[in-house]
Amino acid sequence: MAYDKFKVLKSTAVPLPIENVDTDQIIPARFLKATERKGFGDNLFRDWRYNPDNSPKEQFVLNNPIYRGKILVGGKNFGSGSSREHAAWAIYDYGFRCVVSSFFADIFRGNCLNIGVLPVQVSAEFLNEIFEAIEADPNTEFEVDLKNQRFTILASGANTNFEINDYKKENLLNGFDDIDYLLNMKDEIEEYALKTPL
Amino acid sequence: MKKTLFDKVWDSHVIRSIDKGPDVLFIDRHLVHEVTSPVAFLGLKNRASKVLYPNRTFATADHNTPTINQHLPVQDPLSANQLRALEHNAIENNIPYWGLGHEKNGIVHVIGPENGITVPGATIVCGDSHTSTHGAFGAIAFGIGTSEVEMVLATQCIMQPKPKKMKIQIDGSLNKAVTPKDVALYIISQLSTSGATGYFVEYAGDIFKEMSMEGRMTVCNLSIEMGARGGMIAPDEKTYNYIKDREFTPKGEAWDKAMEYWNTLSTDVGAVFDKEIRFNGNDIEPMITYGTNPGMGMGISGGIPSSGSLEGGVATYKKSLDYMNFQEGDNMLGKSIDFVFLGSCTNGRIEDFRAFTSIIKGRKKAEHVTAWLVPGSHKVEEAIREEGLLDIIHQAGFELREPGCSACLAMNDDKIPAGKYAVSTSNRNFEGRQGPGSRTLLASPLVAAAAAVTGKVTDPRELMVEESV
Ligand code: SF4
Repeated sequence: MAYDKFKVLKSTAVPLPIENVDTDQIIPARFLKATERKGFGDNLFRDWRYNPDNSPKEQFVLNNPIYRGKILVGGKNFGSGSSREHAAWAIYDYGFRCVVSSFFADIFRGNCLNIGVLPVQVSAEFLNEIFEAIEADPNTEFEVDLKNQRFTILASGANTNFEINDYKKENLLNGFDDIDYLLNMKDEIEEYALKTPL
Repeated sequence: MKKTLFDKVWDSHVIRSIDKGPDVLFIDRHLVHEVTSPVAFLGLKNRASKVLYPNRTFATADHNTPTINQHLPVQDPLSANQLRALEHNAIENNIPYWGLGHEKNGIVHVIGPENGITVPGATIVCGDSHTSTHGAFGAIAFGIGTSEVEMVLATQCIMQPKPKKMKIQIDGSLNKAVTPKDVALYIISQLSTSGATGYFVEYAGDIFKEMSMEGRMTVCNLSIEMGARGGMIAPDEKTYNYIKDREFTPKGEAWDKAMEYWNTLSTDVGAVFDKEIRFNGNDIEPMITYGTNPGMGMGISGGIPSSGSLEGGVATYKKSLDYMNFQEGDNMLGKSIDFVFLGSCTNGRIEDFRAFTSIIKGRKKAEHVTAWLVPGSHKVEEAIREEGLLDIIHQAGFELREPGCSACLAMNDDKIPAGKYAVSTSNRNFEGRQGPGSRTLLASPLVAAAAAVTGKVTDPRELMVEESV
């Protein structure tokens, strides 16, 4: 699936300082009944965001207008649980392009990379610094520079590098996806399949 | 070079290694279900591409299906639409499709092994994180996202960096009433839900050698709950006996040839893991969870740990206990419960029903408890009848439902109401996992059965005393 190229992102951020945020919270299972990738942002964090009567829960961060932006900052072990890519879709569809945490669950991280959301893993200390910066000033801006693999708190200039493999980085910078790559090596795949028993 | 079991299977499936990038891994078998596949099929269509190897792909309906009246049209229009989409996509692409009512229908991770789709040394993926179940047979099996489902449909390959390797060794023997589920919940409670993130686990030691194939599946199933991509156990006689003569396993000469390969599938002496962890089987007692992730488990006779004794955020821990309406230090034994769920790809196989019925036999369901007993597949359902377990179930005042994922993820009508407590044999106790506001206590079929007949959290050992003399 094609997605926008990721270059340099400058934005305010939304803080969610909770650990082990699982994909059932990001998008509850009852919203997985679609057969198209549409409208998942409306149900992002549904049960933390809305009461059973669909009225917004005032205290939840997405309902607080002072927090906004294209960066979501979560606590340790973000995205654990189910493999549902719908979680990453909901984050993208809501408008986030980058998720920051001190630790990501594997499948969630992969899903994000596959759809053009950049997972940025920082140290626990730096994560705290980010939370503190947002708490001090919700309008504080951050810069995510994919090419140089650097995340910066613009107000203080504090910055850190983050990891991403070269292949995935190129894909994100150019908006490429893996399937195009694999379709180009079809002969190799077919040759391999021939000698592999079912 | 000395190789681990994981290395052997992984390396032999790499078609290309991308410099500073992932490996291109060939996938032997791909399992597909209705929830994570429609967007993948749509993507395929938009690319004007088609399924490269339909005969390596298998489709079942399980996540979103009702567990009563499966012969009637599905009532929820969105669910019905998703099921129709799967059927349509499968037919259009010549993929074997086992829809509702089909004799081979059931939960994707139950029917894979049951029909011999799961074999040692294979690479198996599915758009579901508990694909790790199939590792019980010495396969590399892991869950993938929908973009990757599309990738595998189109190219039979996946791009993944090779995970690190972890060995979890448990020797000794298991105490009374300690089941494979307890072993897994114990490991997760020790490692936390992120303790194995980035790793692929091999389970080794006496405990796993002694374990039945069903038990091994339960343990490998829960690998994902400690963050691992998957878990595997080296194949042995038990493995071969289990798969022999099943529909999709090799036959005749092909079997002999496969055996030659399978016999090489064990970790070489001296092979190195990135991390090795040891536990003693005798330290494990029947387990139960008290919080909102599977790492928040404890021995059933203990008290809920205090936040100070755990690593991690105190605020998150308190939020979790608040949600459950439990206090630090509380005993779990004696807590009243409202629902019992026996089922899921973790504990929905015949052995789980044998365990459950061994406790309820000659007893009665507690009046205030609602119990959902959901077999993992039609074949499990059939075995329940054949072995006479259905009579025990009925005599004790329970009913058997039709197969599917059911209350494991509560996409269908099987939802635990807000605020209610459910003892569940499934795999996740996340907030709202079993229905908005539901409160889940994960446990083994024995603990679930004890709760179902007493109406409260009960040590199954108390109900087993008579039988052991
Ligand atoms: S039973 Fe639960 S965990 Fe297993 S495949 Fe179904 S939804 Fe997933």
